[in-house]
Amino acid sequence: MQQLISFTTDYTRYVLKGGTKFYAWMGSLAVLIVGMMYVFYLQNTDGLIVTGMTSQISDGLYLANLVFLVGVAAGAVTIVFPAYVYHHEGMHKVAVLGEMLAISAVIMVMVFVFAHMGRPDRLWHMIPPWGIYSFSSMLGWDVMVLNGYLILNFICGFYYLWCKYSGNPINKKWFIPLVYVAIVWALSIHTVTAFLMANNPARPMWFHSMMPIRFIVTAFAAGPSLIILIFLVIRKNTKFWVDDSAIKLLTTIVQFCLGIAIFLTLSEVVVELYARTEHANGLYYLMFGLHGLTGLVPWFWSSLVLMVGAFILFLIPRFRNDFKLLTIPCAMAFVGIWIEKGMGLIVPGYIPSPIGEVTEYHPSFVEWLLVLGIWAFGFFILTILLKGAIGIMLGEVKFGGPAVAAK
Amino acid sequence: MTPNETLPTDPAKEQSSECPVPPMSADPAANVLKTSRRDFLKSGGALSLSSLMGTAALMSQSGDAEAAVEWAEHFQKNYRLMTPAEKAEARLRLEKRYSDEYGKKVSVDTTEAQPGVLMGYALNIRKCIGCRRCVHACVAENNQSRGTKRPGEKIEWIQVLRMERGKFEQEKMNHGYPEGLGIQVGGNAYTPAGAVLEGQYHYNPEKVPEADATYMPIACMQCEKPPCVKVCPVRTTYREADGPVVIDYNWCIGCKMCMNACPYWARRFNLTTPVLPKEEMNPVTHYLGNRPRMRGVVEKCHWCLQRTRHDRYPACVEVCPVGARKFGNLLDPESEVSKILERKNVFRLKAELNTFPKFFYFYD
Repeated sequence: MQQLISFTTDYTRYVLKGGTKFYAWMGSLAVLIVGMMYVFYLQNTDGLIVTGMTSQISDGLYLANLVFLVGVAAGAVTIVFPAYVYHHEGMHKVAVLGEMLAISAVIMVMVFVFAHMGRPDRLWHMIPPWGIYSFSSMLGWDVMVLNGYLILNFICGFYYLWCKYSGNPINKKWFIPLVYVAIVWALSIHTVTAFLMANNPARPMWFHSMMPIRFIVTAFAAGPSLIILIFLVIRKNTKFWVDDSAIKLLTTIVQFCLGIAIFLTLSEVVVELYARTEHANGLYYLMFGLHGLTGLVPWFWSSLVLMVGAFILFLIPRFRNDFKLLTIPCAMAFVGIWIEKGMGLIVPGYIPSPIGEVTEYHPSFVEWLLVLGIWAFGFFILTILLKGAIGIMLGEVKFGGPAVAAK
Repeated sequence: MTPNETLPTDPAKEQSSECPVPPMSADPAANVLKTSRRDFLKSGGALSLSSLMGTAALMSQSGDAEAAVEWAEHFQKNYRLMTPAEKAEARLRLEKRYSDEYGKKVSVDTTEAQPGVLMGYALNIRKCIGCRRCVHACVAENNQSRGTKRPGEKIEWIQVLRMERGKFEQEKMNHGYPEGLGIQVGGNAYTPAGAVLEGQYHYNPEKVPEADATYMPIACMQCEKPPCVKVCPVRTTYREADGPVVIDYNWCIGCKMCMNACPYWARRFNLTTPVLPKEEMNPVTHYLGNRPRMRGVVEKCHWCLQRTRHDRYPACVEVCPVGARKFGNLLDPESEVSKILERKNVFRLKAELNTFPKFFYFYD
């Protein structure tokens, strides 16, 4: 117990200590978070009318970011899987950082759940015993698997850190099976999120069985892209060294998954546009516009250019081996998939509406600020979690260590 | 075409005289006296947090009552799982709040489904003239938001789709095709005839019907296998025993999954607090029907439960000047709807989705 208290205090103390750069970063994130809280207040007094959502387009950026971030959370498995199943040396060292990313991403997803709801004050209605849990609802399943994933990553991540901190050996009897469960669970969260959209015959744009695999491959491209960027930032700004082998393996994973994602997108284009039924109207609107309305066209093509461009750059050895240049395709892939999930998949599901009406979606300032603020909130948490984890991994935070002596 | 002059146009006016079973409305103040605390305590262990709050709210006649009512409302259960006592209490709470809010005596009916009744609807698309009286009658009857300042403040449950008759023309025979080798792979001689579901409901002609158009009204189909109910994570929307799919507005969390699932675009979201002027508010309401909604919840057509559970027609049926709309009990072979199903050619919209609507289209 005493160990636990000192873990908490040491952890907090270490995380709070930082240079000007650290405080400037956290301060600017905090400003965005305050802005986010203000527009969230607006949204819950005036209503979702302050967003660009309408009766026709009943969800937009919020649901899009939610879906995308579930993918980022699931993407953490691209570190954990090689680390624990293939015993990859470099990955094993950083596996806990992946778990920290998963925790922050799932928390962001949950904030986005709040953001997109009309009545977040009634969320308890879906939590038994006070509320009702519906097994037929995909949203119910999604909330369950997401919470499960959060708990799994929290236990795996912090138990590992705890052992490092206290110097106790890891109890592999339950830790390793739990890690395996978490790996499978990661697939489940994005699959269920895909079902959440795909199980709607009313929306032909989403109603196909390719959705889960497309979600998984885009997640395993976008997630590790972000992880590579974060690793490079960590290498530059901390004493913690992420092995080249880890970054190289992640690069390979991104490249393969990005290739499959592009292939699936193009397959969909061919299948839908060859027959060109009414069910292809959503895709057609996305790619070329419909009835003179072309709001999403630039989004689709920029996403495609970013994804294909990133894939080509990944093929060039110079971009893979020079870690400065590597940031370019990684950022391109990340942004490209973010667009593809949001403006390229969620929004055209609503256009045209089930009775054929074509309307445009214009996200409002409130929506953009809220989205930005939630991302800032996510990075705020991620910075804290990564900093604490790195401190422990480096041995700077240790039971009976210098932090205690300083007391 | 002129509307039948004998048809009532203002549902609010004639409610008190014509309703065969007087709505369960009562003076909320009187009801407060009837519901003593002892009655509540008698109901024993079933005393929930909400009933405690509610009792406290109803007993306190101070200025805080309003706030207490809303507070208690916040902690009430899903309507279908409430005990009869809790339902009665929830009703009183709402009647009090609405009466205060709209400055008139508002009743909230809680009449349950009657055994042996399965509501059904049939619409003669041949007769529809596209006048949209049904749309307006529905808005007036069902207390929809009718603001004009922002687009999201206006909610209509019925849409009348306008479909062009279209035609095939000699002059257009060679537009676009043939291509390449001169072998025809398609034609462009058409203008879309019989295009269903192209979303053309924003028409504004001087007179209806228009020569070059046909009309197809659409609203909630009250499916037997409603996809919207399946996706609801809190079971706030469900099928009532007599057929209609209803929503407990107080339990809805506003996740909008049902709006994604509905193939008929029947559901509307209250993007803001509904704009409902006091003088236009229809005070005869049903708990699962037309009672005023709040910000952030979903609503839709419920076949005027406040009327149909008391043997009256829905407002849209009553107002239709050409008698295109028919409503009745599907289990009664003598009802108009049953007779239509028996004798006419009927079809359902998007039948391929297996939602089994109880809303049928037919033509003479």
